[in-house]
Amino acid sequence: MNFITNPLILVTFFPLVGVLALLFIPADKKNVLRWTTLVASLLTFGLSIWMLTMFNKSNPDLQLGFSLPWIQVAGWNISFAMGVDGLSILLVLLTTFLTPIAILSTWTAVEERVKDFMIFFTLLEMGMLGVFLAQDLFLFYIFWEFTLVPMYFLIGIWGGPRRIYAAIKFFLYTMAGSILMLLAILWLGIYQGTFSVPELITKGGIPGNVQLWLFLAFAAAFAIKVPMWPLHSWLPDAHVEAPTAGSVILAGVLLKMGTYGFLRFNLPMFPEAALKAAPWMALLAVIGIIYGAAVSYAQKDIKKLVAYSSVSHLGFVMLGLFALNAQGIEGGILQMINHGLSTGALFLLVGMVYEQTHTREFSVYGGLWKIMPVYGAVMLIVSLSSMGLPGLNGFIGEFAILLGAFGSKAIGSPWFAGVAAAGVILAAVYILYMFQKIFLGPEGSIVEEVKKHGHALRDLNLREIVTVAPLLVLIFWIGLYPKPFFELIAPAVEKLLMAFPH
Amino acid sequence: MGSSGLFSLVPLIVFLPVAGLLINMIFGGRLSEKTIGAIASAATGLAFVIAVLLGVALWTGSGETVVVPFADWIHIGDLNVAWNFRVDTLSVLMMLVVSGVGTLIHIYAIGYMHEDVRFKHDIPRYRRFFVFMNLFIAMMMILVSGDSYLMLFVGWEGVGLCSFLLIGFWYDMDTLGRPSFANSNAAKKAFITNRIGDFGFLIAGFTMFWWFKSLNFGDVFSMATTIPAGVILFITIFLLVGVAGKSAQIPLFVWLPDAMAGPTPVSALIHAATMVTAGVYLVARSAPLYTLAPQAQTTVALVGGITALFAATIAVGQYDIKKVLAYSTISQLGFMVAAVGMGAFVAGMFHLVTHAFFKALLFLSAGSVILGMERGHHHLAHQEGHGSPESADREHRQQELSDSGHLEEVFDPGDMRNMGGLRKQMPVTFWLYLIGALALAGIFPLAGFWSKDEILADAFQKFPAVYWLLTIAAFLTAFYMGRQVWMVFFGKPRHAVAEKAEESPKVITVPLMVLAALAILGGALNLPGIHTLTSWLEHTIAGVEAGEFNFLVAGLSTGLALLAIFLSWLLYERQPLAEGQKDPLKKLLGPVFTVFERKYWVDEFYWAVFVNRYVDIARFLANVIDGRFWHDFVHEKVIAGTYNWLSRTVLDLGVDRHFIDAIANGLGELTKRISTSLRRLQNGFVRSYALAVLLGVVVIVGYLLLK
Repeated sequence: MNFITNPLILVTFFPLVGVLALLFIPADKKNVLRWTTLVASLLTFGLSIWMLTMFNKSNPDLQLGFSLPWIQVAGWNISFAMGVDGLSILLVLLTTFLTPIAILSTWTAVEERVKDFMIFFTLLEMGMLGVFLAQDLFLFYIFWEFTLVPMYFLIGIWGGPRRIYAAIKFFLYTMAGSILMLLAILWLGIYQGTFSVPELITKGGIPGNVQLWLFLAFAAAFAIKVPMWPLHSWLPDAHVEAPTAGSVILAGVLLKMGTYGFLRFNLPMFPEAALKAAPWMALLAVIGIIYGAAVSYAQKDIKKLVAYSSVSHLGFVMLGLFALNAQGIEGGILQMINHGLSTGALFLLVGMVYEQTHTREFSVYGGLWKIMPVYGAVMLIVSLSSMGLPGLNGFIGEFAILLGAFGSKAIGSPWFAGVAAAGVILAAVYILYMFQKIFLGPEGSIVEEVKKHGHALRDLNLREIVTVAPLLVLIFWIGLYPKPFFELIAPAVEKLLMAFPH
Repeated sequence: MGSSGLFSLVPLIVFLPVAGLLINMIFGGRLSEKTIGAIASAATGLAFVIAVLLGVALWTGSGETVVVPFADWIHIGDLNVAWNFRVDTLSVLMMLVVSGVGTLIHIYAIGYMHEDVRFKHDIPRYRRFFVFMNLFIAMMMILVSGDSYLMLFVGWEGVGLCSFLLIGFWYDMDTLGRPSFANSNAAKKAFITNRIGDFGFLIAGFTMFWWFKSLNFGDVFSMATTIPAGVILFITIFLLVGVAGKSAQIPLFVWLPDAMAGPTPVSALIHAATMVTAGVYLVARSAPLYTLAPQAQTTVALVGGITALFAATIAVGQYDIKKVLAYSTISQLGFMVAAVGMGAFVAGMFHLVTHAFFKALLFLSAGSVILGMERGHHHLAHQEGHGSPESADREHRQQELSDSGHLEEVFDPGDMRNMGGLRKQMPVTFWLYLIGALALAGIFPLAGFWSKDEILADAFQKFPAVYWLLTIAAFLTAFYMGRQVWMVFFGKPRHAVAEKAEESPKVITVPLMVLAALAILGGALNLPGIHTLTSWLEHTIAGVEAGEFNFLVAGLSTGLALLAIFLSWLLYERQPLAEGQKDPLKKLLGPVFTVFERKYWVDEFYWAVFVNRYVDIARFLANVIDGRFWHDFVHEKVIAGTYNWLSRTVLDLGVDRHFIDAIANGLGELTKRISTSLRRLQNGFVRSYALAVLLGVVVIVGYLLLK
């Protein structure tokens, strides 16, 4: 195997080439910096598409991968191993797809320290790609922790007024969970004699009670990241303070690292424990769905509403994963993508109006549809996607998840899905509330307020339309014809399900 | 092209309206109002042509169901749902009604919206109306032509969206044109109430899948007899929740009266003729399931019967011309739901069709009345006034706004108490309205007589309790329609505006004439002894039998209708209502009338018991639980506090202070260079981090040594 031309290596580390280029550009050449980053991220996206063309969708196993001996001391068997399969390929694509969009959104929003911002952002992309592609626990852990650093600075330097508090909270929270995961990783490496994920899965043979502890240790890290109720407290703070592009990536990709962790490690490595934990995980998921929806509705800040809606949406994903049947898991994986698109788009759109108004208080908004018709229409479509309107992407995921959970033997009762389905009503309540308070009704005081500063509210400009258009295309595509996406997911999920009784 | 080839045209019934909306959306900015309206009407009209062709193909062919596959959709494990169209006599009947009535309403709207956007001073919004209307037609077509419960659900929620968009069409005002959230609140209420119904639909769908392993109509119906009766009952009852939402039945009917905030063509098309009948269609479509669940049938019939009577009593006490019709629609939907609940599927569908004709006619005529009043109002403002009519009107409005303390000062063109004697100013509209009213009242030989009578005759045989509910409701129907006609068109004008009211142009009245003709002749669809509709539908719904004409039932209901009209004449025509006078029925019934007038306080009840409680709970969770307890206390005080205390204590012991500080300072230097703004937090934070990592390593090493 030629290490240098391996598609996974290229996709993961190409952002470093971008960073290298950025280092040589003077900090005051803001537009050159922006274009360089954008081009680098687009090339990374291109590379990921190239990877997709080489991906054999009927093969359920890890593909395009490699494993090189890396750290082999004192009986530790750490390798530099990567691979991609149906569980991760869509998340890799989502990452490379959302990054250029997020960079476009910073064009006029980030004026301070553009060079540093772009470097951190590109490093963040590399870290996320590594998380989704690593197939050695040690390597995974390095990437997992690595993503914290650039995100920490993105929030802490370019964030809102309480950015430092939010950044530290984000960092410490995730760290706290990760330490438990690190312990579990070390246990596995020492007692099972390997850190390789596929080897650990085929080897199996971990006694039931140990499995449960390991499951819980991994779950601690992932549940905080998702975040599952009641570990969500860091999320609203981080989102409210993060700059728009940071929120887009945070909601769009970083949270998925948590759900992906459950899927990649907890389910196949500890199947007995997963089966035992399923009803409890489902319970937490359902509480999160209802709680997140209700708390969303009571927010006075637009971004906070969207942040809490993530708690609700990710609850759906978790419910699907622990249904442990084809509908639930495939729906869950698709819903990770859907949430990335819809909530990513919501944060983008909120950021676009914030750039003009510098406030996110619902009370000053109202009647914007008349002044900003294109913006209103785009927001409507994205909102509907977020509340799961049939024909748009969110419905496909939610429906499959609820259907799977309703008949799940692992969860054991249709009540969970029944209550979660009520969350669909509550989603309509908070989403329509948001749309109404911004776009409908009489003109809010913000319209006059902006005029006082000498300019009027304007509709989306060409750059902004170009930024959201790809998201809209996918929202419709997945809603109307999700087949190509399910085809990528299905074989790997079927293989995963072999570990569970059916 | 043979008749079988015609079936492959069916996707066009969706794609034509979609094409219409896309053209208007993309190029509409450069097109004239007439062109926009023409494109939208043509798109719907062509869909009607396709529906006719499909009907012909079924008529000349065997009449059996044809499934036309279009594309794959969702395939996960056993779940396999495709975009398949179902052409059978039931779906084609619905397509004909939706696109036929829809086309007429589109044409009417060309004229109606032309004036409406001018009265409301927002001419650019004209185009948006037709985009939404075409979207509605497309969604309704998906609803009626889908071959699975899931595809039906796409249309089901899709029409709910269009309903939301069109109720809130004047989203920045209330029904009287004052800046307000009122219209958008009505829109939101409709969407959310419908979603409660959709929740029932979803639960029914999940249950169906896990028992049938399919959501396709064909599979479900052919397997239905092999599934335990309890499961079928469960599914059908939860489907009923969906029906109650969409077809505005008890307890979810509350959204429909508020939906009248939408422009009148919307009330006619969506909230009378088509969308709200989707629930009736769903029960008829699911006939193979309902016939296996007698308890569910009883429940459906009772819900329909009680709703019919309940809504009819409210209609008696309303003053708004459209509100009367809205409650009448709820009541008539109750008739249909009761019919399909009793297993009288043909009678229910028959009434669905005739009701679409005469209720669309009534709403559109009411729209013509309202426009006539608006014109009168406009003239009056112009006469009093200064400058151009536009500015005069605007000033007038502004003045009305400025003394918003006196809301009654704002003129309401839909309030029947402001009308009176309009048959002189608007003779064409009067005659059209009269035809619609008589058809609704069930007067021989208009369409409503035949279809309502078929329902009553079936109820008389199958379900006497429901028969009596419906008969009383029919009596009240004739009464409130009589009351309305006398109040609006007879007597003397009770407001200066009513004297100045003006007749509507041809683009508005001609579609009404077509509907009037249908309201007169629609009964021919299923005349006793001929039963055209019955033999048409028996290809699709197994075991339908032609109802027998019952002279006793027909005689009684006609007698009651005439009596009701006579009573309304006594009360409202012999001594016409004068300006500012109380409703004579109020004197007669006292507090009972108040109960009708205030709609049994159902809205207030729901508000107090559900809506306000949810808001309270949401605020409590957000502020107290999530904010003060979880965020401020647990995290800030307990966790962060303990951690800080611990780290300080450990560090104060002097353990490894140098080592940790070295790391901390090194990292601190590094980050300082990156961000000066972060300097404040470097030391404490990074030191804690380093400490955490150190503790972790100690624990691991300790464990490994001691194990």
